[in-house]
Amino acid sequence: MQRTIISATLASVISFGLTGIAAADIKIGATVSETGPASFLGDPEAKTLKLLVEQINAAGGVKGEKIKLFLYDDGGDPNKARTFATRLVEDDGVVAIIGGTTTGTSMAVMPVAEEARLPFISLAGAIEIIDPVRPNTFKTPHTDRMACEKIFDDMKKRGLTRIGMISGTDGFGASMRAQCLDVASKYGITIVAEETYGPKDADMTPQLTNIRSKSDVQAIINPGFGQGPAIVTRNYAQLGIALPLYQSHGVASNGFIELAGAKAAEGIRLPGTALLVGEMLPESDAQRLVVMAYKTSFEKATGTPVSTFGGYAHDAMRILVDALNRATSMKPAAVRDAIEKTSGLVGTTGTVTMSAKDHLGLDLGSFRMLEIRNGSWKLVN
Amino acid sequence: MRLSKQATLLVLAALIVVAPIFFPSGYYFRVGSLLFVNSLAVVGVVILTGYAGQISLGHAGFAAIGAYACALAPVHLHVHPSIAAIIGAVLSAVVAYLVGRPILRLKGYYLAVASLGFGILVSMVLANEIAITGGPDGIKVPELGLRAVLADWGLELTNAQFWYAFSGLVLLVGSWLALNLYNSPTGRALRGLHESEIAARTVGVDVAQAKLVAFMISAVYASVSGSLLALQNRLITPDIAGYMHSIEIVTMAVLGGVGSVLGAIFGASILTLLPQLLTVFQEYEQVMLGLVMMLAMIFMPRGLLPSIVGLVRGRGE
Repeated sequence: MQRTIISATLASVISFGLTGIAAADIKIGATVSETGPASFLGDPEAKTLKLLVEQINAAGGVKGEKIKLFLYDDGGDPNKARTFATRLVEDDGVVAIIGGTTTGTSMAVMPVAEEARLPFISLAGAIEIIDPVRPNTFKTPHTDRMACEKIFDDMKKRGLTRIGMISGTDGFGASMRAQCLDVASKYGITIVAEETYGPKDADMTPQLTNIRSKSDVQAIINPGFGQGPAIVTRNYAQLGIALPLYQSHGVASNGFIELAGAKAAEGIRLPGTALLVGEMLPESDAQRLVVMAYKTSFEKATGTPVSTFGGYAHDAMRILVDALNRATSMKPAAVRDAIEKTSGLVGTTGTVTMSAKDHLGLDLGSFRMLEIRNGSWKLVN
Repeated sequence: MRLSKQATLLVLAALIVVAPIFFPSGYYFRVGSLLFVNSLAVVGVVILTGYAGQISLGHAGFAAIGAYACALAPVHLHVHPSIAAIIGAVLSAVVAYLVGRPILRLKGYYLAVASLGFGILVSMVLANEIAITGGPDGIKVPELGLRAVLADWGLELTNAQFWYAFSGLVLLVGSWLALNLYNSPTGRALRGLHESEIAARTVGVDVAQAKLVAFMISAVYASVSGSLLALQNRLITPDIAGYMHSIEIVTMAVLGGVGSVLGAIFGASILTLLPQLLTVFQEYEQVMLGLVMMLAMIFMPRGLLPSIVGLVRGRGE
């Protein structure tokens, strides 16, 4: 008797799962890190994807067909991400995959998508995802190399050429550090002092003191992510260092200002997306309409402020839907071709124009140099 | 209630061969191969915990050694990935020897603490030695190449199918070895010291030595499972060495029934399949897993499989 009940329950659970999948027209897959250490990236991404699919379906879908989103939470684990990618391809039969919140999970999804010849739009930063270009892999965030270039460009304009660098040893910090070292000479920048800190360090005073002790340092750059940059910023203020401090796009959220304190963060510059300064963009700015529409609907639906990371998911979905509208058929190969032909698509990170050689489609101009003034963001140029 | 060695292997082989008939899509091959990889590590735990009564909370560290050996040895030592897996297994055994030798002379749960520290150490090294390991973003792993060889012989398999078959085969071999060990003099010594160390010592068992052997063997199992995972994913990140992965391996074994190979594999199946089934309730996944585990421990303390077999035979708990 007991066993009959158990098997009946199991059967109903399984069949419930199956019927939930059945009725769908255009199937889009996503695996993001809603939970786990990267959840502050993955959570707004997941919310954005759900919200956009709702909006698109309410407006009549794509070519009259509704979108069905298959969304999985990989918890930031590349092994799980790969399993979910396989599931999306083999079991759910999706036409494209969005996701890979972190570089690790993106690199795990990529081989699955490439083998199945299915378009895959990553939401992670590292340049290795799209360089070298692989036929089916695209991504939406600026690369860390571009962030270095944007910062160095601004330094050059201010006549700062000898700088100190303090970077986190986490994946983001390490990758951006390498790119900054690589690209510095192109802008005539010399890195005269270099320090690192671990992801769990609670005090960066010694490293900052070391950098300050080099007499000719003119500015400091901090490639990093999460809590580290906020602690660097606080220590920086405590030590009374007067040099300009540059942070990365990895902390381009209001949470960073709260964490570091508005007073300590005063005057910090960092490259960010238009999303943070939507209200400040001139009416003539092409991104203003898109950014404000996303910001308003996201904040209304979730009650939380928008973040750059949700913006990446927003752009990925927009690129995909735009491609679906143009694609000659709903086959993955046709959708892939259409994504590659994306041209002049305005998103939150910038205006995207892809080509066979460029699967990111953004230029430096789409990065905005932001400065923190009185606890909020200000456009520099 | 214990199945004979042949019966256990037959049941296992039959399950591995027959299951694909019911697979609606290629995704199930992927889940199957993950299940076998997890099971292999768990069979190692059966030897250590089930036979010898020792607890390791650092098996993920050995899995990581096996995995990173497959990523690094082909690049730096120019060896074939299969040789790299063997290097990883040998290295794991050596490390297990070094960690276990001083610790296992002591009575009590010192191994759990020492292995816990070891696992955390491995995970830290992997995340921080970016120049060698690629850091938190992970490192690519070369192709094993066996699938291409099979294709030349006219056996075309998809990636998932190949890894299903290959890890299934390795699991069968691993189970066979573990079952052989059970009835060998070493196995008897291990089970003897599990019941009573003093009694085992009085009949002439070198207790420290026997425990050390069990620890080394189970480290090799974890290492091979790590290698298999790395080779099939073609990418490995420090997540594999994570503390939670160690706990997961032990939980799988204890949930299914740590005393028997088949039970442990049953536990691995549940904890591999459940998160896949529960994606519908993804927010509650952890809660459901915790609940399943608590209920199993309260009502079936010997593990699921032995308890279920007992129920079926009408003997209850």
